[in-house]
Amino acid sequence: MSLLELNRIGHAFFGRTVLEGITLGVARQEIVALVGPSGSGKSTLAHIAAGLVEPREGRIARHYLRHAMVFQEPRLMPWATAAGNIGFPLRLSRAPRRMRRRVIADAALRAGLLPEDLGKYPSELSGGMRQRAAIARALVTDPDFIYFDEPFTALDVALKRRMQDLVIEAAASARFAALFITHDLLEAIRISHRILVLDAGGRGIAGERLPPGSPGTRDEAAIFALRQHYLTADPLFAHIHDIDERLRP
Amino acid sequence: MSLLSACLDRLARLGRFLWSAWAGLAGLALIGALWQAGHEAYGDFILTAPLDTLAAAARLMHEGRAQELLALTTARALAGFGLCALIGTLFGVAAGYSPATLRLSRPILTLLLGVPPIAWIVLAMIWFGPSDLTVAVTILISATPVVFVGAVEGVVTRDRGLDDMAQVFGAGPLRRFLFVSARQISAQLFPALILALGSAFKVAIMAELLANAGGIGGALARARAMLDIAEALAWVSLAVAALIAVEYILIRPVRAELERWREAAAPWGVKR
Ligand SMILES: Nc1ncnc2c1ncn2[C@@H]1O[C@H](COP(=O)(O)OP(=O)(O)O)[C@@H](O)[C@H]1O
Ligand SMILES: [Mg+2]
Repeated sequence: MSLLELNRIGHAFFGRTVLEGITLGVARQEIVALVGPSGSGKSTLAHIAAGLVEPREGRIARHYLRHAMVFQEPRLMPWATAAGNIGFPLRLSRAPRRMRRRVIADAALRAGLLPEDLGKYPSELSGGMRQRAAIARALVTDPDFIYFDEPFTALDVALKRRMQDLVIEAAASARFAALFITHDLLEAIRISHRILVLDAGGRGIAGERLPPGSPGTRDEAAIFALRQHYLTADPLFAHIHDIDERLRP
Repeated sequence: MSLLSACLDRLARLGRFLWSAWAGLAGLALIGALWQAGHEAYGDFILTAPLDTLAAAARLMHEGRAQELLALTTARALAGFGLCALIGTLFGVAAGYSPATLRLSRPILTLLLGVPPIAWIVLAMIWFGPSDLTVAVTILISATPVVFVGAVEGVVTRDRGLDDMAQVFGAGPLRRFLFVSARQISAQLFPALILALGSAFKVAIMAELLANAGGIGGALARARAMLDIAEALAWVSLAVAALIAVEYILIRPVRAELERWREAAAPWGVKR
């Protein structure tokens, strides 16, 4: 049974259709990468799936217990320390105070934050550390489903790699399923079990590809070769880089 | 646990704050010097020397009646301020969340801000006579728009991304407001509240003077009638001192507590 099922989702902003007929499912413990050019409606789809935006049409079935989300920007509250930000979902779920501290430290450690960073305010953290705090905040309630909306786009290549490994490890140990949105094909191949390609105009899922192996076991050379193959020989990925959202009606 | 470190942190901040008083003192000394220069140029009758003024203020305080008048004016100003803070914040937040209300309130605001406070004093005098109510209503009408605008700004300039974040993690509208929006609104609201407090004091004294309603304004009117420049200046100094005392006792500590993170964000050397 799928944890998340979207059935013929459609949405429009001020009469302009952004998404149409999107059907997809994510199975238990499966990481699905959703790729598509910028402006194709990926964020909107994630927000609809997570319940932030009410779709104009279509049905959503959520069979998971608890979800979390990592946004493109860290979205940390500037007035709270890293610990306060990471513990925010615990505060919302009214977890008892005395256990919060330990759970926060644990989630921070899994996201690669040191205990001494926990007392710092977001303005005192580097960009990478802020995104780590955002990941820790997503992990802290032990969700069984996490939405990632292009979380590493703003990071440099080396940092991006480290964060991707972190997500792969966390997914393997915490056993969450994820919808991982990205427009970086390398990232999609590295991190996911299955890659979905969103139509450039948001009209349905154009197709799917299953990279061989499973996340964390693929070697770098194979990942690069596969990306090269997708970009040069696979018509499904032909429009992945060449669409400018301003050209859309 | 971390209680000790929290106390130490507050002590350290208090120390830094007290140390920063030197800058304020330097500014005051500069004003004092200019004042003294003015005194020496124009003589006692136009501008009493700063030290003589201080002596006059001290005398007024010792005589006892001054404390009563100060307390009366402060109480009136605070009552008006409290009312305008409450009403301005309530309506401002409501208008910020409801674009229709905001559009409706803009022309009303322009109108209210366009009418000079003195006109309100005259109207309030006619309606309520020389009473506390006259002072309170004048303060309410002249200071509420500032608070209202501050609250609206706070709501509309808030980071909506944080709202989405809180919603994803399961916060309903009420907890989104309490945990995420209220903090951002307060950041815009506090400067407006400080402004409103200052104008509450000024308007209170003005209304007292014109409505002959006692308090510092009444005392000022008497000093003017007797052409006693030393006493007039002494009353002005006392009023300013009362305003500063209220601001630093009432508003600044709350603000400092809420805006601790801003201090952390400031680079070394810029900390005030
Ligand atoms: N809140 C909104 N109001 C109006 N238009 C929007 C809004 N959010 C997104 N859009 C439009 O919807 C389209 C898809 O946006 P988005 O989902 O952010 O794309 P992606 O994440 O794939 O880059 C874009 O053309 C964008 O301009
Ligand atoms: Mg996006």
